[in-house]
Amino acid sequence: MSLQRKILELQKKREKVLQGGGEKAIEKQVAMGKMTARERIITLLDEDSFHEYDLFVEHEARDFNMDKKTLHGDGVIIGTGTIYGAPICIYAQDFTVAGGSLGLMHARKITKIMDHAMKMRVPIIGINDSGGARIQEGVNSLAGYGEIFYRNTTASGVIPQISVILGPCAGGAVYSPALTDFVFVVDKISKMFITGPEVIKTVLGEEISMEALGGARVHSEKTGNAHFYAESEIECFDQIKKLITYIPWNNSKKAQSFESKEPKIDQFKIDEIVPGDAKEPYDVRDVVRAITDDSDFFEIQELWASNIVIGFGRLDGQTVGFVCNQPLVLAGVLDVDSSDKAARFIRYCDAFDIPIVTLVDLPGYLPGVDQEHAGVIRHGAKILYAYSEATVPKITVILRKAYGGGYIAMNSRHLNADFVFAWPGAEIAVMGPEGAANIIFRKEIMEAEDPEQMRKQKVNEYKEKFANPYVAAAKGYVDSVIEPKETRKLLLHAIEVSMNKVDKKPNKKHGIPPF
Amino acid sequence: MAKEEKKETPKTCLNIDGEKYKTLLTSKYTDRKKWEEPNPKQFYSQIPGTVLKIYVKEGQKVKEGELMMVLEAMKMKNKIRFSADGVVKKVHVDEGQKIPKDFLMIEME
Repeated sequence: MSLQRKILELQKKREKVLQGGGEKAIEKQVAMGKMTARERIITLLDEDSFHEYDLFVEHEARDFNMDKKTLHGDGVIIGTGTIYGAPICIYAQDFTVAGGSLGLMHARKITKIMDHAMKMRVPIIGINDSGGARIQEGVNSLAGYGEIFYRNTTASGVIPQISVILGPCAGGAVYSPALTDFVFVVDKISKMFITGPEVIKTVLGEEISMEALGGARVHSEKTGNAHFYAESEIECFDQIKKLITYIPWNNSKKAQSFESKEPKIDQFKIDEIVPGDAKEPYDVRDVVRAITDDSDFFEIQELWASNIVIGFGRLDGQTVGFVCNQPLVLAGVLDVDSSDKAARFIRYCDAFDIPIVTLVDLPGYLPGVDQEHAGVIRHGAKILYAYSEATVPKITVILRKAYGGGYIAMNSRHLNADFVFAWPGAEIAVMGPEGAANIIFRKEIMEAEDPEQMRKQKVNEYKEKFANPYVAAAKGYVDSVIEPKETRKLLLHAIEVSMNKVDKKPNKKHGIPPF
Repeated sequence: MAKEEKKETPKTCLNIDGEKYKTLLTSKYTDRKKWEEPNPKQFYSQIPGTVLKIYVKEGQKVKEGELMMVLEAMKMKNKIRFSADGVVKKVHVDEGQKIPKDFLMIEME
């Protein structure tokens, strides 16, 4: 055979495999409102940057007539490409081939590209669209999942790992996304659960749709399993691309730096956002936008535990992680979910060398039997652990109230913050004036002729004496009391002078965080 | 994505240590289950499953440790026993019935 004919043969072979599950299966995929696996990769990556490997991999299953079945690419596509020039390893399960079911060779392809990402120290993106384990392959398919989970764990904190759920992702399969850094979901397309509606119906007699059980909205609002919610696949890919610009390729590199831009100060007037009365709410994201380059803020887990706000912004072109109490929702309290949310993000920033800016305005932890019984002690401890453990530059700005345990938890000086600034309206105290006065002056109030009048007087006394930043500043717990409009300048400076920060912790295998 | 407009001042309040903060409440917070003192005379299911066999009748005297029923759950036949002596007042389940978690199964007098 001449080389020319061999080239033709290759082209024919490629053409055949590139059809995936064939026309009918593709039609079905499209009818579900989904792109095909290859379309997804090509849309997400830079134009003409995708190169596919293991196109000709075939399964070796022999039982249940599997030896007579050809599954193109064994139901998964792997390869490399770029996003805004950043090198990326990627895999996408192909639902048109045997429902994207995971067999041994399918899993081997995934672990191969994961190993590659680890060797090359570049981000890995996994697009999940699979009916689950390939039952015909038995324990081999379980082995495949396990090998993926093991690699997810090993790669955690070394390279960014991104999971995109664009179809069903059920049973054991959900644990790969759960082990990765960021999970993206799309309305009406993503479905994640451990046990599906059918099992729940058989066991419990409860009828629930897939959407209500584990749809995109559920995981974005209720469970916190998803980090980014989109209305369409295209919007989802735009979110992924944007995320890639904020994070480094690996844990020994800095995130890409951009040109510094001033915030839009006409739109976000930093002097006017926070009301003087500590009981009045405002949107803390406006404060973030009044500080960041170009007033840009890329929020993570926007819809879940929104009493705390986390996300990325830039200061002088450098990526910074923001952790902020949100007075607009549940008065910005810390509770089970918000502690979980913040702690994980703090550890992400610490692992990938991203400085953390903490904006504080909270009345404390949320009281309630449900919170106590849900373990707010061990969950709340996570945030203390994460801040104490982090060695990246840690800067705190106390905007208004910072009471009690909440004050300590929000990256206080006592957890080894590098810089603590406070606005003049800050109230740093063991609790709010009402509660404190009621305890400290209980006797005076009870014995007064007009207890209500006395109570008011004592609350005001307490307010004047303690509800300010100067008691903490007098002890050096606050480094500087600053005007709101000085905030950006000081943050830029604090990060600049923290570039060579060294914070050596004692050698250990690893700590025991309150998981 | 479509965001809810949050610029209006919330009308709801949250009380922390005697201070009432104007703020939005989440559905998780407003829908939370109110805590109630458990009634020692009521036996609730601790796991969803199917009642396979019931060993007691209404009006029957029982002793602590006596077999109440077999509840098949998660492929396991769980033997449920009485945690105290007493008299069965009402049996709320039938053999073969599928029940969810926290379902009232038996009441004592």
